[in-house]
Amino acid sequence: MNAEAAVLALAQVVAMVALSPLLVGMMRQVRARLEGRAGAGALQPWRDLRKLLAKETLQAAGTSWVSVAGPTVLIVSSLLVCAMTPLLGTVTFTSVPDDLFVVVSVLLIGTVAVALVGLDAGTAFGGMGSSRHMTIAALVEPTVLVSVYALSIPVGSSVLSQIVAARLDDPASVASPVSLLALLALAVAVVAETGRLPVDNPNTHLELTMVHEAMVLESSGRDLAWLELGSWLRLGALLGLLSTLLMPWGIATELSAGGLLLAAGALAAKIAITGALLAGVEVFLAKLRLFRIPELLAGSFVLAFLAVTASYLVVQA
Amino acid sequence: MSAVELGLEAQLILAVVAAIVATWAPPPLRSTLAGVVSAAVGLTGAVTGVLVLAGSRGRIEVPTSLPLGDVGLDPSPLGGFFMVVAGAVGAVAAVYAIGYAEGPAASRAAWASLPVFLAAMQLVPAAADAVSFLLLWELMALASTSLVLTDHRDRAEVRQAALWYAALTQLSFVLLLLGFAVLVVDAGGVGFDLIGSIDPGSTSASVAFVLLVAGFATKAGIVPVHVWLPRAHPAAPSHVSAVMSAAMVKMGVYGALLVCLRLLPAGPAWWGLLLLAFGAVSAVYGILQASVTSDLKRLLAYSTTENVGLMFLALGTALLLRSVGVGGPADSAVAACLLLVASHAAFKCTLFLAAGSVLHGSGERDLDRMGGLGARMPVTALAFGVGALGAAALPVTAGFMAEWALLQSLIHGARPEDRLVAVAMPVAVAVVALTAGLALLTFVKAYGIAFLARPRSEGAAAAHEDGAWTMRPAMLVSAAAVLALGLVPGLAAEAVTRAGGVAGVGRVGGAGLELSGVGAQLDPIALSVMAALLAVPVLFVSRAAARRRPRRQVELAWGCGGVRVSPRMQYTATSYAEPLARVFDDALRPERDIEVTHTSESRYLVERVAFRQRLDDVVEERSYRPVVRLADRVGLAARRLQNGSIHRYLAYSFVALVAVLVLVAL
Amino acid sequence: MALSLVRLLRLIWTTGRVAEPAPPAPEPTPGCPRALAGSVQIRHVDAGSCNGCEIELGAAFGPVYDAERYGARLVASPRHADVVLVTGVVTRNMLEPLRRTVEATPQPRLVVAVGDCARNCGVFSGAYGVAGAAPDAVDVDLEVPGCPPEPQAIIEVLRKVTGR
Repeated sequence: MNAEAAVLALAQVVAMVALSPLLVGMMRQVRARLEGRAGAGALQPWRDLRKLLAKETLQAAGTSWVSVAGPTVLIVSSLLVCAMTPLLGTVTFTSVPDDLFVVVSVLLIGTVAVALVGLDAGTAFGGMGSSRHMTIAALVEPTVLVSVYALSIPVGSSVLSQIVAARLDDPASVASPVSLLALLALAVAVVAETGRLPVDNPNTHLELTMVHEAMVLESSGRDLAWLELGSWLRLGALLGLLSTLLMPWGIATELSAGGLLLAAGALAAKIAITGALLAGVEVFLAKLRLFRIPELLAGSFVLAFLAVTASYLVVQA
Repeated sequence: MSAVELGLEAQLILAVVAAIVATWAPPPLRSTLAGVVSAAVGLTGAVTGVLVLAGSRGRIEVPTSLPLGDVGLDPSPLGGFFMVVAGAVGAVAAVYAIGYAEGPAASRAAWASLPVFLAAMQLVPAAADAVSFLLLWELMALASTSLVLTDHRDRAEVRQAALWYAALTQLSFVLLLLGFAVLVVDAGGVGFDLIGSIDPGSTSASVAFVLLVAGFATKAGIVPVHVWLPRAHPAAPSHVSAVMSAAMVKMGVYGALLVCLRLLPAGPAWWGLLLLAFGAVSAVYGILQASVTSDLKRLLAYSTTENVGLMFLALGTALLLRSVGVGGPADSAVAACLLLVASHAAFKCTLFLAAGSVLHGSGERDLDRMGGLGARMPVTALAFGVGALGAAALPVTAGFMAEWALLQSLIHGARPEDRLVAVAMPVAVAVVALTAGLALLTFVKAYGIAFLARPRSEGAAAAHEDGAWTMRPAMLVSAAAVLALGLVPGLAAEAVTRAGGVAGVGRVGGAGLELSGVGAQLDPIALSVMAALLAVPVLFVSRAAARRRPRRQVELAWGCGGVRVSPRMQYTATSYAEPLARVFDDALRPERDIEVTHTSESRYLVERVAFRQRLDDVVEERSYRPVVRLADRVGLAARRLQNGSIHRYLAYSFVALVAVLVLVAL
Repeated sequence: MALSLVRLLRLIWTTGRVAEPAPPAPEPTPGCPRALAGSVQIRHVDAGSCNGCEIELGAAFGPVYDAERYGARLVASPRHADVVLVTGVVTRNMLEPLRRTVEATPQPRLVVAVGDCARNCGVFSGAYGVAGAAPDAVDVDLEVPGCPPEPQAIIEVLRKVTGR
């Protein structure tokens, strides 16, 4: 059981490390094509990463070990999330289940690492990005926990693998109002957590509009490489989770070479569709003013709460 | 005489010895000797608690010259758990104080009060009947008030703080007295075993419940009776704040557990709802206030309110779920409450001791004036960092395991059939999630602003790790406890089972925690091993890249190439929390004042702008001040009765005499 | 909203691809670092220009010429950059910030002077607010002549760096 889970975790990590930069490249291509441009190609993020690892890493006087260790902590936490969430299969370790709170806490370690890197830079922008980033993270957490809680009530367990396995067994639950409301709330939460439009613009050059970018302004070389790859992995894992909850078919319930290959192909297709949709929607959106974001997050929380009440009605009926 | 009885007597004797040593020892040796004996008091308490949890029992009667009878001490496993917590915190704080105490904190009064405080606090959970409980409670309150007043000559705020603290602690005593009186009348005796046999459904039981919980909530720091916490904890010396925050408020939680599990078990559902509601409000309000304040000790004090709110929330959940017959999740909720108690004691002790070290080394208490302390005070930074991780409930610390247990019991306690539970559980999950998120922001702010980047003031720039040899080991031991409880929680599973009288909390896979009542388990060591394995390839690639292009130090951080670059351009704690303060404007009601001074020549040019923000405790402003003003007015009006005329005073006595005679005749 | 969803979709559909086909790739320059092949991040610094070069630069990164397809991308921080693109003559106030920007860029790095003003002060030579041209402040590796240079010229120089 644990050996199978280990193989699956390794396969998931390898798959996500391969797919996440491609996902980001594909999203940039979709945006470019919609804007009438040719775009750099889906492999450009891989080229950027390779170049960053070959660049010099600078450390300013007054910064501490946090600027050195923070990027590594971020990417390790992202890899851990990829290993734990049910992306390719639903087999888990017995003593480290991919319980909702455990996965969210590991994600939050990454969030805290980046926030501390931003503060350690000792510049006004770093503190600003860190402050905004943590405020958004604090306001997103209720939505994340309550929406997955809504999904867990019909299943009776908050272990993500079991939720996905239950949805695989009962296709009708995927289209139920509980599921749709909860996934809509979760989608807004994922957009906020990964710093995409309308919460944050990843391509902005105006420091006063930055949230995530402001924290990494001081990082260079391999620090920046890990920070970039870490956030791409988070995006990939969260989109993967969202799309797996929405369309669980293709996921492997037991381990076999053929099953894993099929699951990998299914995962690639799912995150490609979700990513393309997200990129397409972003073309039509402008970034929200910072103090309108709590309204958006409150709205998503209301949706999540409605999902919980809907799940009670479903169970009673 | 059993080991437990020996331990209890030893605590009393050592406390008296410590007080004598503090009074008679010469000043150079006073701190060391009194500190060592006080630490012995704490250690004895902890050991006694461990013995009680291991199964041995014992009872002693301490003769007092009061007409109320002897003080009976007979600790139950629940009491033993709290004795361990209080004793451990007390021992660590006493060791820390040996090096930390100087000036008024090293006076005879301070060193004599500390062991008395520690002993009283450790023996409160050992009390076997209502009278002993109240006597020890009052002794604990008096000793702690004396300790809060330590710095009263140096700082004006200390006197105010001690006044608020004394008033509210006496309020809690009065409420407890009334509550216990109702129970004693019902049961016909003062022993806790006797009281445990009365019917929890009766009206008098409910009245007693409300009074007792109100009294314990006051000591614990639940909103709206928390107003003494943010004043008293910054006013007291750091080691005293550590003991008060990490151990004394736990006595309020102990009292609530005592009432709910032993004195009045199986109460109606609204009891649980009451605890849950007040716990939820305290949790959110506490962490909200903590996240926007820039005074480090005030931040830690409000964080205590948040954690105690979570403990009450856990206890309320347990009662609520028990009343609808869901045993498994209810047991897990009690276990979560006890885990929260232990983890909070560990990390709050660490945080307060580290804050004391910061104050000692840099002279600063305001986060806005700190910065860059990580490079100058590495040991303090390490301890504070571990404590902050625990407070933010991140893996793998004690706080993480406790919140995990709490969320498991909330999630598995969902019962759609019962409407009350159906509404309460998701609201509780949302509240726990919001407090967890805000706690993250608060402690990232506290650690990041104080210890990272560059110093914002001269005090911070000149900071140095204190030379006192006891402060560092004490902080590190405390920090180690935070990590130990987080990495090997299974070792505490047995203690939690015995203390809470619950089933379904066990050990799994080495030292992981298993909550079989809800079917959940977690092994933090396995999680850490996974993370370490995943870190190997990352570090490998980093090393390979570093060999080709090593890291280069540069002088300036990138600040848009500006020529004037000063550490004052960095974000401060106030600016860090500003977006949050704006979002929660209605709940916090900050007072903002912007003063613009124009140049004398023209109204279009500005010479200087001054921004002032005041964040007062909203509960205090809206509820207490009107009451205090009303009391003032009543008092002023009553002075008209005392106009100095002897004729009027004679008339008063005459009327009073006539009234008494009439009443007696009736 | 200025354009409704439907109208925006219709606009995207009717506009189609705007980018002109890529001209043939230039000869690889021997001096350019191999690490930057395929991916170049650019930090633009306006040292005191009239903004004519900025308009051409904006056009170069716009949909018609689309410099991004060759792997070049504009970034906000010099710590993220490989190339510092200087436009305009170096004014007194921008002398030190320009130096600091280039120093803040990690190696391997290149400095590209775009426009005649950056190369040799152009029409502003001898003005009272001018401290000099870009080579007087920092070491310049590549130049793009013109006042202002055409977007194709800017892109040709960038393609020499990326090799695409």
